[in-house]
Amino acid sequence: MKLTGKVWKYGANVDTDAIIPARYLNVSTPEELARHCMEDIDPEFAHKVRPGDIVVATTNFGCGSSREHAPLAIKGAGVSCVIANTFARIFYRNAINTGLPILECPAAEEIEAGQTLEVELETGKIHNLDTGQTFQAEPYPEFMIGIIRAGGLIEYTRKELGT
Amino acid sequence: MGMTMAEKILAAHTGVEFVEPGQFVEVNVDVVLANDITAPIAIREFERIGVEEVFDRDRVIMVPDHFTPNKDIQSAEQCRVLRDFVQRQNLTHYFEVGRAGIEHVLLPEQGLVLPGDVIVGADSHTCTYGALGAFATGMGSTDIAVAMATGKIWMKVPETIKFVYHGRRRKWVGGKDLILHTIGLIGVDGARYQAMEFSGEAVDALSMDGRFTMANMAVEAGAKAGLFAFDEKTRAYVEPRARRAYTAYQSDGDARYAQVIEINVSELEPQVAFPHLPSNVRPLSQVGQVPIDQAVIGSCTNGRLEDLQVAAQVLRGQKVHPYVRCIVIPGTQAIYLEAVRQGLVETFIEAGAVVSTPTCGPCLGGHMGVLAAGERCVSTTNRNFVGRMGHPESEVYLANPAVAAASAVLGRIGGPLEIRD
Repeated sequence: MKLTGKVWKYGANVDTDAIIPARYLNVSTPEELARHCMEDIDPEFAHKVRPGDIVVATTNFGCGSSREHAPLAIKGAGVSCVIANTFARIFYRNAINTGLPILECPAAEEIEAGQTLEVELETGKIHNLDTGQTFQAEPYPEFMIGIIRAGGLIEYTRKELGT
Repeated sequence: MGMTMAEKILAAHTGVEFVEPGQFVEVNVDVVLANDITAPIAIREFERIGVEEVFDRDRVIMVPDHFTPNKDIQSAEQCRVLRDFVQRQNLTHYFEVGRAGIEHVLLPEQGLVLPGDVIVGADSHTCTYGALGAFATGMGSTDIAVAMATGKIWMKVPETIKFVYHGRRRKWVGGKDLILHTIGLIGVDGARYQAMEFSGEAVDALSMDGRFTMANMAVEAGAKAGLFAFDEKTRAYVEPRARRAYTAYQSDGDARYAQVIEINVSELEPQVAFPHLPSNVRPLSQVGQVPIDQAVIGSCTNGRLEDLQVAAQVLRGQKVHPYVRCIVIPGTQAIYLEAVRQGLVETFIEAGAVVSTPTCGPCLGGHMGVLAAGERCVSTTNRNFVGRMGHPESEVYLANPAVAAASAVLGRIGGPLEIRD
């Protein structure tokens, strides 16, 4: 699957309170959460993000709380995938489990805001359509590919349990 | 070849003799936990799996603690989802407002999490139980839904970093200072995907309350878990509480570590983490003039009896600064009652502090002490991210209970030595 979108660029340690402030955790639908996504560090984001846009950050994206509201808010905002040098571990699991595509790529810091990327999820190839550069994301561990292929952890579990 | 405690616990719960870092394992869990923020999504996902009942109604535990007592209509609705599920599933352990507390203070106190357990919770501070010599880690709601249904969860066996704390702590220096100093040293992703193992004579000397504080903040260094070896203090804490068998683990002498970090605490001062990262740490003497509007003493990090005793020791006979709100939140009803019996609550009220029912409340900007734009709070909680306690232009400074209490009196960040010996 090919994803094409404009880049929203952030730095290191984007925490889950930044992705979705705790004051909005009294709701849990992706659409409601999306309205406040990134609010405290980038008030423009929720208003201007377009379906298919791509969030790019550097190290330790999604650190902090275990709230699954974070990937849900990003998905609800229409973001097609998140690319970062590294992800915090709970966020990484949550994204895989809920079907938000994420790619770990050491070259993420070279990507700039406003550029357009084309991402091939199967191969992990990231094309920067503005600069012509191509980057290679880290492959997923084999075990996780099973969850991604199933469409998320719940679907994977249903298959395992035969329910 | 030897194994670390973390590896031994995961091997035992996978039903194998040996595991090594990087290996993917399917682990049997002892306890699964969710709260009023994370349970509604976990329940929604659980119901999609297609099983009728949780894997074991004695081992799935729900604690409404974040936005409780219900702070608004939407929070009330979320709590109702949790309460309905608890009743429908007939869960054995449910802690309603008035009999509850902050989950990570409550579960050890009730003897529901024990040494050698694997515990997964839909809350990042689930790692607190590592103080008991358990492997405990936070996950998202979907993982928890699957664990509720199957009693199993997949994990990647983490590498372990061993921290050895030497020397003797100075007065007014506690577990909070050791962990803040450690996070300052390695950074907020310094132990990402790894387990932290805390050892050495300086942590052997810590009380269980101090150890819970340290394990609690392992996630603030990106860690999957933070563990202490089982010792006589663990035994003394667990014995009167445990209602099932448990296993004591120690790392092998020839266990392999990703890194061993030695820290001498003899000269360590109380530590303060400046906005907006827990790693942004300075020793108290280098804080400078930081006026404050609020001091919070409580949370899953520092809401235990010893924390309240320390705060009361500082506040006894003192008055909270006229322009400061000092908010004290005991971690559980049992701690609250003991604080009443020991006269601590009287000390707080006489000093001009507020004492609240147990709740996570202000730690995550929920209620009971939300900050306005430009306001500053010194807090014994665990995170000081942008907007954590309220307005995105407010600031949170993390510190131990003695510093928070002294700052409440001084009206700026300062230590207990400024107001008493």
